[in-house]
Amino acid sequence: MNGMIEPITGRYVHVEIGGEMHRIYFEENGAGIPLVCLHTAGSDGRQWRHLLADKEFSRNFRIIAFDMPWHGKSNPASWTGEEYRLTTARYTQTIRAFCAALKLEKPVVMGCSIGGRIVLNLAIDHAAEFRALIGLEAADFQAPWYDTSWLNRPDVHGGEVCAALVSGLIAPQSPHASRDETLWAYKQGGPGVFKGDLYFYRVDGDLRGRVENIDTSVCPLYLLTGEYDFSCTPEDTKRTAAAIGGAKVTIMEKLGHFPMSENPEQFRRYIAPVLGEILKQSISSKQGEHA
Amino acid sequence: MTHTTPSPHAADAAVIKAFAAIPALLEQAPHLVSRGRYLDCECLLGPVDHPFHASIRSGRIVELTPAPVLMRSWRFSYRATPTAWTEYWKPEPRPGWHDLLALTKRKEAVLEGDLYPFMAHLQYFKDMLALPRLQHAAAVS
Repeated sequence: MNGMIEPITGRYVHVEIGGEMHRIYFEENGAGIPLVCLHTAGSDGRQWRHLLADKEFSRNFRIIAFDMPWHGKSNPASWTGEEYRLTTARYTQTIRAFCAALKLEKPVVMGCSIGGRIVLNLAIDHAAEFRALIGLEAADFQAPWYDTSWLNRPDVHGGEVCAALVSGLIAPQSPHASRDETLWAYKQGGPGVFKGDLYFYRVDGDLRGRVENIDTSVCPLYLLTGEYDFSCTPEDTKRTAAAIGGAKVTIMEKLGHFPMSENPEQFRRYIAPVLGEILKQSISSKQGEHA
Repeated sequence: MTHTTPSPHAADAAVIKAFAAIPALLEQAPHLVSRGRYLDCECLLGPVDHPFHASIRSGRIVELTPAPVLMRSWRFSYRATPTAWTEYWKPEPRPGWHDLLALTKRKEAVLEGDLYPFMAHLQYFKDMLALPRLQHAAAVS
């Protein structure tokens, strides 16, 4: 409708990460339980725009999506010329610093792909800080399927090759417009940023042998993976979950590696019951406190 | 000594036939040709045992010849099993059979040689090699 203004608002928050002040862009909508959403490698928070605008979810959740430094509208904090490389420690530190800067009380964190991987690390080391954790396309490790050096070299267009690589991770049933929008973010990424994120994914963030330490009685853990994701396959997620007592696994049909942006309607069918369960638990634990 | 080469079975023949039709299908896809407008390349594409030498000039396949061709060079090769091509060309390919690199990951396809032209034009090759999708689906249904 012409003139329609979406309910999503975007602002910047100044966040100290590793002793350096960062200007972090975030979008939000809704009120209630804080729900922080983490985008995939090489993309940005726009992936969550459908969830952010969801009328039903925003009644009970304060839905927040922020752009990681170097992504979207969050510039690098400084211009040293160093190659960007995301590490497990830095990623964890960034999420916790962002949540602290916004004074979020026991947020739910939902991350996709690298965001799904780091959610596992939050579950291992910081479970008590969170109300629930949701990993989309998450596993403790995945077998590499291409050489990341192709992602950043002067004789290959970075945007084109990044988008073309991940295009195969989108389910064939996903609507064309959503598919193109998902890929557009990859075409817009800064040089070497997708590759730098994958340093965490491929090299630094191997959680095999650590996920066994996750205690889901401290913080519930939900893992949802699209059947068309051949990067983090359903088998990768099931294997990861098998090592964790109490993790709830859902394999999502007709979805790939970018469920929230490649087919928002289909994703909604799967995430609605999860958010419903978190809401229910939250209400009952609050009632328990007041009883 | 003479010998007769084994005939590929019917499914293989269907894949080979579908492959041979790609240059004509490409001519009907001007946006795809445009995407490859800076691409000049000799490559080997098709079923593992019955690939084609493809000569690409400015995004058009100007020659597609069944291999082997005596002493013909190629820069890169992407070859997949007939099953992989049949699955890749389904209107809704099954998970794991829906992308060229999903096929290499599951070892149903091999990518060899100097990968530069392939990677620099990755979406072009994915879309070009998917062109038989609708035609092939109609033929086998």
